[in-house]
Amino acid sequence: MANSSSPKALPTLLAGIWKENPVLALLLGMCPTLAVTSDVKSALTMGLSTSFVLFCANIVVSLMRNFLKPHLRILMFTLTIATFVTIADLYLKAFLPEMSDKLGPYIPLIIVNCLIICRAEACASKSGLFISILDAVGMGAGFTLTLCILGAIREILATGAVFGKQVLPVVSENWLSTGGMPDGFIPMFAFALPVGAFVTLGLMLGVVNLINSNKK
Amino acid sequence: MPHKVNPIILFVKESWLLVVAALVFGMLLSGINAAWSPKIQANKQKKIQDAIVTLIPQTADAQEVIKDELLSFNEMDSARITIFKVLDENGILAGWSFTATGAGYADKIDLMIAVDPEFNKLLGYKVIFSNETTGFGDKIKDSFYKEQFADAPAGKLKLSKLGDASIIDDEIIAISGATISSSAVIDIFNKYVDTVKELMTEKGLLK
Repeated sequence: MANSSSPKALPTLLAGIWKENPVLALLLGMCPTLAVTSDVKSALTMGLSTSFVLFCANIVVSLMRNFLKPHLRILMFTLTIATFVTIADLYLKAFLPEMSDKLGPYIPLIIVNCLIICRAEACASKSGLFISILDAVGMGAGFTLTLCILGAIREILATGAVFGKQVLPVVSENWLSTGGMPDGFIPMFAFALPVGAFVTLGLMLGVVNLINSNKK
Repeated sequence: MPHKVNPIILFVKESWLLVVAALVFGMLLSGINAAWSPKIQANKQKKIQDAIVTLIPQTADAQEVIKDELLSFNEMDSARITIFKVLDENGILAGWSFTATGAGYADKIDLMIAVDPEFNKLLGYKVIFSNETTGFGDKIKDSFYKEQFADAPAGKLKLSKLGDASIIDDEIIAISGATISSSAVIDIFNKYVDTVKELMTEKGLLK
């Protein structure tokens, strides 16, 4: 299987990271992209959880692709995805309870993340195990990486920190009353709010489109 | 005449994969749930114990005197509540602590509230769960806001936008830029404190 698929292997793996990046090219999974990227830790956890579900769902769908009845296809995908999302949710509750609380309903909502069902339909249900795994790894990496970059930009601009560690010294509280120049970075709290997610994502999409149009 | 297919055979033929997958996934999930459930329960318990110790530092033992009981605030509104009797190392009553929940800005807010042994004064609160906005609403976890509740009277509280936060009374000064979250915490206190006091008096826990 690996030999017959190997000519497609590298492009399949790399497609998810840039050319068919789930967020920046396919615009899939917008709900978690906008909702849980106010800091890098949350973005990374969401990215890894989604990647885990995508990886497992692609394997299972690929293995049962020859037995799938057309009218039960979506039902089988949902059942498979829901199983792995529940596992991810239980894992976070058991081993990362604070993060589980923080992400709240967004982990169970991975079930309806169109990225996973899209890859099950477009790739795993039509491809062999090897290609399905590569597709899941590429798409998962692309999704996680994008969420982390978005989270890092928002966290730095909103708090001057990354992973909760202060990287930019924040301006002192009474700098305005002193009448002088700000003595540090002025946090822009709006970037922690939904508006910050939309603005940052919009700018990222603009940069990606600019790079792609310059390549042509 | 078209050949009539036995409906049971048709059902099995069409849905065997779904039935098998549901069984396999169900078994997988029940196994994982059984393995991780004690850890999840322990996490919840630890969170509550930590909250009680933070609020009442002399805690040596926290006993559940009322567990998961339905508390009715009015005809339309009720919630489950657990009340802890907190004893110090000499077995003397150090205070009471109870769970409380209400609507916040982004999600529900779960609090652990502590009161003194006579239920006259608040000892403070700890946020068990909240999803308030970073940099704004999540300041309900910060000392500026929380410290205003320690030693405040265990009765109705008022929220003010301006005032001296260092004066401890029934007037709580709101967090700048997070009035909804500040107000949500006050609403939780105003909803629970009197009702819990009545319930405990009814149960003979308070004189």
